Amino acid sequence: MTSIIDVQHLTKRFGDFVAVDDIGVSVDEGEIFAFLGPNGAGKSTTIKMLTTILRPTSGSIRVNGFDPVAKPHDVRRSFGIVFQDPSLDEDLTARENMEFHGILYGLPREVRRARIEELLKFVDLYDRRDSLVREFSGGMKRRLEIARGLMHHPKVLFLDEPTLGLDPQTRNHMWSYLQNLNKRENTTVFFTTHYMEEAERIAGRIAIIDHGKIVALGTAAALKEQTATPSLEEAFLALTGHEIREEEGSQADRMRTYRRAWGRGKER
Amino acid sequence: MSAIYVMWLRQLKRFFRSPARIVGSLGQPILFFVAFGYGLGRVFQQAGAGNYMEFLAPGIMAMSVIFAAVFSGMDLIWDRQFGFLKETLVAPVGRANIMLGRILGGATTALFQGLLVLALAIVLGFRPQDWLLLPAAAGAALLVAVLFAAFGMLIGTLIRDMQGFPLVMNFVIMPIFFLSGALFPLSSVPAGLRAVAIADPLTYGMDAVRMLLTGISEFNLALDIGVTIALSLVFLLLSARAFGRMQV
Repeated sequence: MTSIIDVQHLTKRFGDFVAVDDIGVSVDEGEIFAFLGPNGAGKSTTIKMLTTILRPTSGSIRVNGFDPVAKPHDVRRSFGIVFQDPSLDEDLTARENMEFHGILYGLPREVRRARIEELLKFVDLYDRRDSLVREFSGGMKRRLEIARGLMHHPKVLFLDEPTLGLDPQTRNHMWSYLQNLNKRENTTVFFTTHYMEEAERIAGRIAIIDHGKIVALGTAAALKEQTATPSLEEAFLALTGHEIREEEGSQADRMRTYRRAWGRGKER
Repeated sequence: MSAIYVMWLRQLKRFFRSPARIVGSLGQPILFFVAFGYGLGRVFQQAGAGNYMEFLAPGIMAMSVIFAAVFSGMDLIWDRQFGFLKETLVAPVGRANIMLGRILGGATTALFQGLLVLALAIVLGFRPQDWLLLPAAAGAALLVAVLFAAFGMLIGTLIRDMQGFPLVMNFVIMPIFFLSGALFPLSSVPAGLRAVAIADPLTYGMDAVRMLLTGISEFNLALDIGVTIALSLVFLLLSARAFGRMQV
């Protein structure tokens, strides 16, 4: 099999902070690959570099054989993405958001129409297709975001915490759609999630990243065996520790700092 | 091509969906007409400079065009904050097309605002010298709009949030407007101010719009249009370069 994503010695620094630290990973065409890690471990930063919107500090990347820095256009033609944070235009309707996406991705009109209807029905937003996105709830926006990401059928699909905030029905629904797409069109799926059972059930292989480094890579079974734990969740905790991470400072974060300062939390 | 169209269409849809903003944008021009047109009109006439309303109307029209155009370019900052920018940055279309679509869309809406102000001026008593030249005047205003939408977009790629906005407004856009000869004839100002006006990117487009609406002009029309097109190309290129390199 040929690898459709190939990453070697990839590093990204922001000033003194090393967000991604010399990682290497290779994903085969048609694979469903989970990229797991605590908050702030470097998952989204890696995805941004793979998807041409952030330049690496050093290292090499190939997506579908192309270098995102040298050939961003060829890379962009090869993938689709559902971002972790919102990327909808709230001043447009659900249908317009889909329509504009379809046009940007060069889908012919009939395909566009058909997929918009299919996917909006799929995420249960068809009745609200002509409402402005700003009127939607958080969950509805998330569903629309996913529907839009699935509109064109790329070779690689990046999903950055796609199921965050979705109910189990929608989650299952979405994964079966993706598994189907993966089988039918051999689409490679590269996703991140905090739901371990999701990764265990869906992904062929799993990489775990922590503090910018890949700490484990293999099938769910291999990771459990490696850590001598009964579930992926426990394997994950064994590999990344129990300390809670926050990407941004919050009240809870400060309390945790106090707790650590008083010697109760686990120091690293 | 379709990317340019779709980004253009997006700007238009967003614009016409906020009628409150369109009406609100007429507030400032009305104020200028009242304060300057009625306030200074008689003095202007007594100084032998002619009908001030006639001189002023194209200036106020140009003001609303450049403000609207710069705002539309700076929309990029909102799109960055609300996330839609990412969707366009990963799309498999040339970034130059995305940029061009946004700028043309912003320029179209800015022209529309300018025409609204012109209609307002006509209600207040302004008469174009030749109604048949109105489309040509609109064309010149569109060039000005493209120039300043490109300029706004360049700024949008450089600053990350709207906090820098008053800085740009007060130290760049306001001076460009006030020193361009929009409000006073350049033939009767001190040499220093005239030199500044000659270096002002709005001066030429302003002069072209006024020439086509009223026949009053400082430079010749070919120079006005030539300089405005050249400046537009420069800012389009700079903006394309900056947008092409943009990261999230």
